[in-house]
Amino acid sequence: MAESSPMRFIPPALRPLTWPLVALGLLLLFNVIFTPGYLHIGMVEGRVSGYLVDIFRDGAAVMLLAVGMTLVIATGGVDLSVGAIMAISAVLAASMVTPEWNEANLGAWTNTLMADHIGVWIAIILLVSLIASVLAGAWNGMLVSVFKIQPIIATLVLMVAGRGIAQLICSGRIFTYDVPGLEYIGKGTLFGLPFSLFIVAGVVLATYALTRATALGLMIESVGDNDVASRCSGVPVRNIRFLVYMVSGLCAGLAGLIESTNVSSANANQLGLYFELDAIFAVVVGGTALTGGRFFLGGSIIGALLLQTLTNTMYAQEVSPEIALIPKALVILAVCLLQSPAFRRRVLGVFGAGKPSKSRAKAGGAA
Amino acid sequence: MSESSTHPPLLLVRGVSKSFPGVRALDNVELTLRRGEVHALMGENGAGKSTLIKVLTGVYPHDGGTIEFDGRAISPASPRDAERAGISTVYQEVNLVPTLSVAENLCVGRFPTRGGLIRWGAARRRAETALERVGLKLRVGRQLDEYSLAIQQMVAIARALDAEAKLLILDEPTSSLDESEVDRLLELMDSLRSGGLAILFVTHFMGQVYRISDRITVLRNGAFVAESMAKDLPRFDLIGQMVGKDPEALRAREAEVRALHQKKAGGGTLARVNGLGKQGSVAPVGFEIGEGQTVGLGGLLGSGRTETARLIFGIDKADAGSLEIDGKAHRPGSPREAMALGIAMTPDDRKVNGIIPNLSVRDNIVLALQSKRGIWRRISPKAQRDLAAKYIASLNIKTSNAETPVGTLSGGNQQKVLLARWLAVNPRLFILDEPTRGIDVGAKGEIEHLVADLAEQGMSLVFISSELEEVARVSQRVVVLCDREQVGELEGEAISEHAILEMIARAGEKEEEGETGWKPVPLGDEERNERDGDG
Repeated sequence: MAESSPMRFIPPALRPLTWPLVALGLLLLFNVIFTPGYLHIGMVEGRVSGYLVDIFRDGAAVMLLAVGMTLVIATGGVDLSVGAIMAISAVLAASMVTPEWNEANLGAWTNTLMADHIGVWIAIILLVSLIASVLAGAWNGMLVSVFKIQPIIATLVLMVAGRGIAQLICSGRIFTYDVPGLEYIGKGTLFGLPFSLFIVAGVVLATYALTRATALGLMIESVGDNDVASRCSGVPVRNIRFLVYMVSGLCAGLAGLIESTNVSSANANQLGLYFELDAIFAVVVGGTALTGGRFFLGGSIIGALLLQTLTNTMYAQEVSPEIALIPKALVILAVCLLQSPAFRRRVLGVFGAGKPSKSRAKAGGAA
Repeated sequence: MSESSTHPPLLLVRGVSKSFPGVRALDNVELTLRRGEVHALMGENGAGKSTLIKVLTGVYPHDGGTIEFDGRAISPASPRDAERAGISTVYQEVNLVPTLSVAENLCVGRFPTRGGLIRWGAARRRAETALERVGLKLRVGRQLDEYSLAIQQMVAIARALDAEAKLLILDEPTSSLDESEVDRLLELMDSLRSGGLAILFVTHFMGQVYRISDRITVLRNGAFVAESMAKDLPRFDLIGQMVGKDPEALRAREAEVRALHQKKAGGGTLARVNGLGKQGSVAPVGFEIGEGQTVGLGGLLGSGRTETARLIFGIDKADAGSLEIDGKAHRPGSPREAMALGIAMTPDDRKVNGIIPNLSVRDNIVLALQSKRGIWRRISPKAQRDLAAKYIASLNIKTSNAETPVGTLSGGNQQKVLLARWLAVNPRLFILDEPTRGIDVGAKGEIEHLVADLAEQGMSLVFISSELEEVARVSQRVVVLCDREQVGELEGEAISEHAILEMIARAGEKEEEGETGWKPVPLGDEERNERDGDG
């Protein structure tokens, strides 16, 4: 699409990722210059540590959300409820390792089970949290695909109600716990690297396989691009919509577990607050258009990393949290402007990346 | 009317042409409008009616010829420009905001203000004056969509007339109105005509044309065909002019062509459409489709052809009758169900129901086959590429490669991609709705040829086209529809364009005699939404 621009040197498969990668590169460069020892990666007590590792560890939750959000946005929808689903999943897990809660709600046998077979109990906890998350996603999917409520409204319902549900589960209390087995999810290390990274990698690979080794990816894009024509071509539009919200719910549940076990507590009001906005930003920066159609999982991951790098840069520069939002907003604005063909044509001239296309993501080549 | 014709004409269009890349949309068109007359502009799809209106209203500049309006040459550069000159237009879709009040709709863009603030009292009075001109008394503070579609249409007319109009162009104003609403609108047109206004009336509904029009101008393929007094032009001749055939010469030629297509004698019956119908869409229709037979659905636009096809393919669910295949009755509720029965369909509206514009040619071609196999049994990338390459070659699809987004191809090539999509699933019954509409002559020939090949290979086809000659040529059986009702069926030797036209004309006349006049079955709003939705 960009024969007359520098874009022609970039393999088609990477073109959608160009601008977020450029922004990420610039941000890293800034850090390398202004943060001493930024690239240093050392071993501390058997684990790899350093600024770069922190980005991956801190960004795990948003990366996970971005995976599910990518699929939802590709169908032309959006999922505002992921932050609330994170809270539900986290609160469920935190409650189920709290003996008083178990005794009051599930019966004393659960505490016996927890005491005798903590591994089994943790497995049950994970199962319960994730099933609840998938059900929450299914609720969204039902509102959107069966009752045809606009996604932004349909998921807003759970965004608001979800935190109420989480509050209800824990009776408004903030449970803290000390269960190393559970905390391993958020804090543990495997081969010296944060365990959460392996979860993210596993989910990304599984989602990639799910969408590209089957026809699911094609059908998601088809639904997002023209749902009427998709239906007329026999695409099971309703089921596809249903499915992507369930996947998004599952990703949110995992993200909630990582985020809460990392701090060994679950706050129904604060956990995952505004994470949905970060996830949406990551997806859009990654080259998937909000109008649906072609989607780019890799781009979303880069978008999430970009966001986390930005946040961590603020920490490293000791920018106070109240002010940190402003430079963050400015960088986000800059990336969005870089992505806008109209802006590039007007302001950057030579970088104008060729023809005016509706959106770079939609006109882009391979996935 | 008779006295007005002695005045010099209000609008004189002479030799106007308009070309788009690859298409000559208007070629030397003439149009003469007189004050105080209703002038119908008729023609099939793609005849150039819309383009002519857009030239008159300044949406497109014209390439050649002159437009003389009210005694001086004009070439409006924008719709505002045309409005200032005195040409006002009400388009097919009501161009108003249903959730604003009547007054707001009438004054939007020209609110009376004082010091930057809207003077609501003056706005209301202005709205009331504008409504008086069309003989309406409404509570202008109420929301527009509290009123019926006909009233909304009249408000749109009032808004158009607000600007000192001399010529009013009505583009398909009645297409979403029911019978009594049409009556109201035609009454209004009559009274505006008495007031000296010239009205250019564009419609597909013949009954309305004959009820209200003084003169009729027919366009075909962008060219001027004839201007006649309505009372001197029999309905049958009008249809002949629109579709481009001398009614008398038709019969002889048809007989020859028919002989060529009769050789294929049908085997058994593949499917039987048993009174399939849907309230507000099409009255129950019934016909048989033989193995390897081509059944044409004949009729003018809006006659119920597409609606029938949509019921068979399950895009809309029928509420009466059934589709019998292999002796079992079905009522497909979705295209998926129809596909399971071995049915395929290329829809009439490529952009809405057909292509997935931003996906590649390859993705578009494999989509239906992939849907049929299911999500989990993906067609391997190599098989996808082979499939795409095969059809790009065999259908001669002009694209730079298989990965090009299909939305960037020309209409004819998009149509071929859609044909490829369905050929890939190897259907038993293939419904082709307007496969040749809106594509250039070359591609048209190729697609006609392809359809003939399919028929010869023994695929059963349902063929729909606005070009009745095309329908007559390829079909062994023709089901004739008029005003969303089946009005007859022709078989074998009896099929000719002439015979189809006669059947349509007769059906129309019969209804006129029955004093109810023309009787549309409009698509309700609900229906429209349903069409736009997914499932």
